[in-house]
Amino acid sequence: MSDVVGYRRRRGVEAFMLIFAIALGLGGYVLIHLNRDAELPAQWPWAVAALTGIGLVVHIVVRWRLPYADPLILPLVMLLNGLGLAMIHRLDLGTDPVMHSAELQLMWLVIAAAACCLLIIFLRDYRVLQRYTYTMFLAGMALLLLPLVPGLGLEKNGARIWIHLGNYSFQPAELAKLVLSIAFASYLVDKREVLALAGGRVLGIDLPRPRDLGPILVMWLVSLAVLVFQKDLGTSLLFFGLFVMMLYVATEKPSWPILGTLLFVLGAYLGYLFFGHVQVRVSSWLDPFSNYDQNYQVINAQFGIAFGGAFGTGWGLGRPNLTPLAKTDFIAAAIGEELGVAGLLAVMLLYGLIVARGLRASLVARDPFGKLLAAGIAFVFAIQVFAILGGVTRLLPLTGLTTPFMSQGGSSLIANWVTVGLLLIVTHQVRRPVADQSFEPQQWLEAETTQLIPVGAGAGSPRPGASTGSASSGVGSEETAPITPITPISPDEGGDEPTEVVQLPGGRP
Amino acid sequence: MNRPIRGVAVTSMVIFAALMINLSYLYIGQQNYLNERPENRRVADARFAQDRGPIMVGNTAIAESEKVKDRYKFQRSYTPGELYAQVTGYYSYLYRTSGLEASYSSQLSGVDDSQFLSRLLESVTGSTKRGAALETTIDAKAQKAAWEGLAGRKGAVVAIDYSTGAIKALVSFPSYDPNDLATHDLAASSAAWKRLNADPDRPLSNRATREIYPPGSTFKVVTAAAALDAGMSPDTLIDASPYKLPGSTKVLTENCGASKITLTRALEVSCNPAFARLGVKLGDEALRTQAEKFGFGTKFLDEIGSAASKFPEEIDQAQTAMSAIGEFEVAASPLQMALVSAAIANDGVVMDPYLVDKVLDKDLRVTSQAHPQQQSVAMSSENAAALRQMMVSVVENGTGFRAQVPGVTVGGKTGTAHSDNLRRPYAWFTAWADNPKVAVCVFIQDAEIPTTDIAGGRVAAPIAKAVIEALR
Repeated sequence: MSDVVGYRRRRGVEAFMLIFAIALGLGGYVLIHLNRDAELPAQWPWAVAALTGIGLVVHIVVRWRLPYADPLILPLVMLLNGLGLAMIHRLDLGTDPVMHSAELQLMWLVIAAAACCLLIIFLRDYRVLQRYTYTMFLAGMALLLLPLVPGLGLEKNGARIWIHLGNYSFQPAELAKLVLSIAFASYLVDKREVLALAGGRVLGIDLPRPRDLGPILVMWLVSLAVLVFQKDLGTSLLFFGLFVMMLYVATEKPSWPILGTLLFVLGAYLGYLFFGHVQVRVSSWLDPFSNYDQNYQVINAQFGIAFGGAFGTGWGLGRPNLTPLAKTDFIAAAIGEELGVAGLLAVMLLYGLIVARGLRASLVARDPFGKLLAAGIAFVFAIQVFAILGGVTRLLPLTGLTTPFMSQGGSSLIANWVTVGLLLIVTHQVRRPVADQSFEPQQWLEAETTQLIPVGAGAGSPRPGASTGSASSGVGSEETAPITPITPISPDEGGDEPTEVVQLPGGRP
Repeated sequence: MNRPIRGVAVTSMVIFAALMINLSYLYIGQQNYLNERPENRRVADARFAQDRGPIMVGNTAIAESEKVKDRYKFQRSYTPGELYAQVTGYYSYLYRTSGLEASYSSQLSGVDDSQFLSRLLESVTGSTKRGAALETTIDAKAQKAAWEGLAGRKGAVVAIDYSTGAIKALVSFPSYDPNDLATHDLAASSAAWKRLNADPDRPLSNRATREIYPPGSTFKVVTAAAALDAGMSPDTLIDASPYKLPGSTKVLTENCGASKITLTRALEVSCNPAFARLGVKLGDEALRTQAEKFGFGTKFLDEIGSAASKFPEEIDQAQTAMSAIGEFEVAASPLQMALVSAAIANDGVVMDPYLVDKVLDKDLRVTSQAHPQQQSVAMSSENAAALRQMMVSVVENGTGFRAQVPGVTVGGKTGTAHSDNLRRPYAWFTAWADNPKVAVCVFIQDAEIPTTDIAGGRVAAPIAKAVIEALR
């Protein structure tokens, strides 16, 4: 942590890679038309203008507000968006009459990119978010469980992970994963000392104290509720995995992920035993051909990928429309069919790179909140991609999650772009030079030593979930020590400073 | 906190590795399995969308693929569809293939189905192969003569070049139009399929080769061959008086002109008591052996499929008597009865029948050529010559006179099968000619004559004559 790494801004690199990424997406769009009609699409200048415009605007905003942001993330996101748009357009052409969902999706992309830009402009320092721990937590839980509300929730394709508002339907889990990432991160920054306290030792593993098991049990029950009532293994895995992983990062105790994995396996097994829809999902995963009509979608995704082979049929030359929901849940199957196994592997690598960049930011971040937030965002991407791509390629039972940036759908796109915006902010804060910040090595040492004190002080604190002001103020004040010196507040952004001061003693609103 | 973050990074790496390994396995380990699944529409469609080579009669294509602008790229069309339906079969999306379209599918599409995917890859590189052309043995004039001869009556006509086994005509009526099934309008195709299957006249069935019927008196040629083999001669006198079947009350009372007549005369007038008594004398084993030598019990013509004709097993004397005159459970396809005449005309040798003469690649190079093959020896050359003379007598002096062709030696045998009294009799005529060297069998399922009349000579023989004349 004491390494001072000097990062360059790298905005030129980002611009260059953005051009490359946009060109790949537009190339797909043009190839579709060349392959199908042997002529350029009439609207090609508009498509070029739109995609380039979006890339340019976001790039300028990043260059202006976040000059040190990771240069790879934005091009990766634009590339995935470009490929997704091209594939949605290609699937539009495959129906009779031709549909226009790609145009709608482009509009959503504009809105999503705008939301990302607004976030970047108005929230330069992510640490502000630490103020809203419990608000975020409640909002996240509410969003997660919203589809269960009668009249509001909507069951689509066997999973109840949608709500409908007027003419729009919306997956609240998309937004919940961002909100809960923030909530978990700020909660755990508060409570990590307490949660790290050792309880008993079983089989060489330090178990947490029973009284500290509250939060993980709450999350387990919520995940179980999601699995059972929303019928979606992916969403359930997503949030429980996110929480357990952040718990592990915050406390550095391997007993949390071990315990979490055991709980999840137990929950999934109970779900399998007692609920028919879980059994259906599992049988369509292990033996899809046992019921062709029921598992038509999964089987056709497999057929598509097999038909495409190593290098695919080429843009516009396959039959991806044969797979139901090819634009949303199964867009990866369409990619696999037309761009081949090689193309889908490349897409997986793109997601892997986003995750890697996020974790990298987490590693070099200097404050616990930043570390937890970046790791949480990165890992939630990883689990989501794992769940949906694993479902499409039959590595896992199928789930109804979207494929980030590629699937058709506005709510997912906006939520993911906002998440990326937050990740860019974190990477900017993390990578910006620290040399010009005034802090003394002395304070670092103090920070290390003071961190040991709350172990004793916190021992007497009540359950963290219901911690009261008196006990947590001790913890909170100890936490201030490591954070305050790191907080890089340059004179021109002094507005952030009171935030930190106000937030930490209070702990919560 | 960096140690657990590294742990998360490793976990993420494992996650992505699992995704990528699984996808690679899907491609390497499952691709063939998935592509061969019968439910796979992508592969079925791509397979269907092939530029297949034509099926030819002479220089005319009776089935060919034309480029169209739809999903399946090539529309198979048949002209004239109904006339050759039993030969070409159909090439349908919903109902697969039949006939030559099925048996020569790999040649017509230019590649074995097993190599289909590698072919698909070639198509990406631009080196598309067109399928091969089939040159059939069918003679257009003979086919047309047979079709017109049937004139809308249910039945079948088969003509074979007996020196080689090449099929010259193969007609079954009622027929169907393969275009109705091959159409890319799948709803129309499905409707046509339902209509054809519901039709009580069963237009999809191939009466020429795939159905067997009691051959009636035409089977007497086989009985006569067995008699010659047993040492009798055409001039041997046999008992033609009314015959009470052994162990039965049934008496064959037909008057054959005299109580003792020659074998030749018995064949000329198609004398039932004489042949029934002869059959019992020869024994069922001798009849069965003779029938099998002519091809009974064998499936010929794999190209379009055929039913094996049969002579019943384990029968008593009364049943043997009835079997000897082509009744009881004797059943033969028109193809088989044509082969009987063909063997007699060909000095007793049965040639294996075939439908495809040549397979030509897209540059019209011959890639395979049919080689006539001997199937079996049905009788000695002397006995064949004697039986030929007897059959010539049938045409010149007996029931088959309507098959006479001026300037051509024609031998034949009529037949009328009454398998029960409710339906109309089957009319048969089997014949051969020396020039052209052809054996013809005409079968009419629904002869519009009273059940008592001798139908074969009246309705079937003229068709045989027309086919022989068409081939001159």
